[in-house]
Amino acid sequence: MARVVACSDCWPLTGGASEFNVEAATVRDLIRGLDARFPGLGDFVDRRMAMAIDGEIHQDAWFSPIEPDSEVFLFPKIGGG
Amino acid sequence: MSETLKRPGARQTLNVVGTRPIRPDGADKVTGRAAFGADLSMSGQLVGRILRSPHPHARILSIDTSKAAALPGVKAVITGADFPDLGAEVLAGGEAVTNLADMAANVMARDKVLYDGHAVAAVAAISAEIAEEALRRIEVAYETLPHVIEVLEAMRPDAPVLHATLFTQGLEARPEQPSNISNRTRFMRGDFEAAYAAADVRMEGRYTTRAVHQGYIEPHACVAAWGSDGQCEVWGSSQGQFMVRTYCARVLGVPISNVHVTPAEIGGGFGGKTTVYLEPVALALSRASGHPVKMVMSRDEVFRATGPTSGGVIDVKLGASNDGKIVAARVEMMFQAGAFPGSPVAAAAMTCLACYEVDNFEIVGWDVVTNTPKVAAYRAPGAPLGAFGVESAVDELALTLGLDPLTLREINAVKDGSKAPYGPTYQNIAYVDTLAAIRDSEHYKAPLGPNQGRGVAAGFWFNHGGESSGAVHVADDGGIVVVSSNPDIGGSRAAMAMMAAETLGVPLERVRPVVGDTDSIGFAMVTGGSRTTFATGLAVVRAAEQVIEQLRQRAAMLWEVDADKVAWRAGEAVCTDPEKADLKPLSLATLAERASRTGGPISAQVSLNAQGASPGFGVHLCDLEVDPETGVARVIRYTAAQDVGRAIHPSYVEGQLQGGAVQGIGWALNEEYIFDAGGRMENAGFLDYRMPVASDLPMIDTILVETTPNPLHPFGVKGVGEVPIVPPLAAVANALRRAIGVRVPDLPLSPPRILAALEAKQA
Repeated sequence: MARVVACSDCWPLTGGASEFNVEAATVRDLIRGLDARFPGLGDFVDRRMAMAIDGEIHQDAWFSPIEPDSEVFLFPKIGGG
Repeated sequence: MSETLKRPGARQTLNVVGTRPIRPDGADKVTGRAAFGADLSMSGQLVGRILRSPHPHARILSIDTSKAAALPGVKAVITGADFPDLGAEVLAGGEAVTNLADMAANVMARDKVLYDGHAVAAVAAISAEIAEEALRRIEVAYETLPHVIEVLEAMRPDAPVLHATLFTQGLEARPEQPSNISNRTRFMRGDFEAAYAAADVRMEGRYTTRAVHQGYIEPHACVAAWGSDGQCEVWGSSQGQFMVRTYCARVLGVPISNVHVTPAEIGGGFGGKTTVYLEPVALALSRASGHPVKMVMSRDEVFRATGPTSGGVIDVKLGASNDGKIVAARVEMMFQAGAFPGSPVAAAAMTCLACYEVDNFEIVGWDVVTNTPKVAAYRAPGAPLGAFGVESAVDELALTLGLDPLTLREINAVKDGSKAPYGPTYQNIAYVDTLAAIRDSEHYKAPLGPNQGRGVAAGFWFNHGGESSGAVHVADDGGIVVVSSNPDIGGSRAAMAMMAAETLGVPLERVRPVVGDTDSIGFAMVTGGSRTTFATGLAVVRAAEQVIEQLRQRAAMLWEVDADKVAWRAGEAVCTDPEKADLKPLSLATLAERASRTGGPISAQVSLNAQGASPGFGVHLCDLEVDPETGVARVIRYTAAQDVGRAIHPSYVEGQLQGGAVQGIGWALNEEYIFDAGGRMENAGFLDYRMPVASDLPMIDTILVETTPNPLHPFGVKGVGEVPIVPPLAAVANALRRAIGVRVPDLPLSPPRILAALEAKQA
């Protein structure tokens, strides 16, 4: 199970939970798993969040792999000027 | 002076990357042949003008356009009623997320105007004079409302509320009342309160910045035509032709594929051209009039109606041990978003402590709407504000501890394996090397004179990858055309050509780089986020590799050998079959000349979503001299060092460092939006909005730190454009602190502020 750490933008959808485990082999799996556990969170993460999987940033990359012991951070999508 | 630091023993086998050829767009730029947004005229075009609100906050009761429409020569008058009603929807057409309804309401006001300069109506006429007379004949009835400009005032419970539907997000519970606070963002680790209470040394401070504009030389401009068949054409300067296409289509409610956008040359963007203002209006006027419509903003309009960046209030608490280890940090930031939600406070929250290993921290960011223009991205959006607060506080901590400011940063510096405050674990970063580059510089050791001070500050930016496209076409004579999906705002054409030449093994002079329009190259996100040389460059390199594969196959066909017996070396096909050792290499020109007989044109296009961007770190060193009689502060020496991965064209990279430093110096010393009591901008022009010019500044020295190339890019590229605007605000402020012996925590560091600080110190 991947360990997910969510920033505060996600908390309204997680009931305040900031860390939880999700079974996922890919980012797409993770989004589905988040939605199953916290309805609406998967879509929110898909649209608004970037993620760091074991330290490497992934944005809009559904098929990036996630290992069973991965640590996944969710944080706002990165823009720039 | 420019230096480049490489890791000792690093192998340098590149022929083109890392050299400094003449820029491919140089002749066009210096001769005036380059065509910018206002340079194209279409047959039968009209002149478009916008009527703007004189009020910072008002309800629109009615708009009577009849007198304007009746004026001879006026071909169309439009208002918000001519645009479709759009629901709140997150758009991803640019790079960061954007609310469609907010964008549309910013392009043209509907029920309310939310800032001085907000667009209310537009006309198209046969001349500028008639268009402007028509604007004067439009009658708008307003019910003026109380307004709020300053962020802390906008957060008060009794503040005028801009949007009755805005309820703060990011709180534990949804508030019962609407407010101007759009969102709260928090990042935490460890136990700040306990660590702060136990710290040997504690300090706290409040730092403030004012809204500043990106200050691009070229005003927003476009010409647009709505065809009778519904096909739309837009020519204009922006940071993304695909962004313009998507946003125009969505604001106007037409299919995206019906909009064709040709990117003009761009006279500066710095993030401010990552959204649309004129383009949907010009298209709507064209639809209403049946003519192409050209629109060019005045400088006054640029200041009043296009995005500055936020002004902000940054509260910082730091706790440290006596030996200089920062054990606790709390940063709370309140940012002006302007008329609609979306300040860069989240990015500021993620970046403000990104240079420091701190086990216990809390970072809070508040996004607050105000009756000011909707902010737009500005180079490392948000990061300069956060860094101004934290780097100023770190400087105070160094003074309190009696430590050299670089030593304090070295003690607490992140390195490979450190965890960033927003989550990821850093890999392949060279922050420590960048600190060392400044420590080892001649500048750091140079003596100072009277009334002079030396300031240090660091800065971080994520850098981005994302969606990009690149194409490589081989001409009949072996020449190469490289098509980039991204407007060239900082030298990306040169970088694309150099990476293609390096990959193909051909002379750079044989490569012509161009920027494609929306119908001739695959999709790309905007040129922004320091992403283009990394992501679009990756697409170009992959396309060049595919071209090489095609060339190997063509050579194999001609030699009647398997393709795996053909290697590509130094721009030629070489047969590696030992039984055919007498075959002479086939040049690119030969293979291109025979292309039609070996299968047709040789070309490749690659579209990708690039992951693996590597962050950048900068350390700046500023010497400043103060005139104690006038309070004027002048930067007399400045050095910027940066972890750049590998510079494709070092002169361009140095230019990025110099440009970012100069913009940051202007932000620190001079620039600010000034509003009168009625909420109207008082300094909407370059005479009163003081940006630094060449005579104000010394040459900005640079040190490119190339000790740690990005392993996830073929040439080691890290983004470079945004980091250099992050440290200067604090570098200048810290230099001032050390020059006059007292902290001035509020930007800009204008002569009256400095004089007041000197007088307060003497008192």
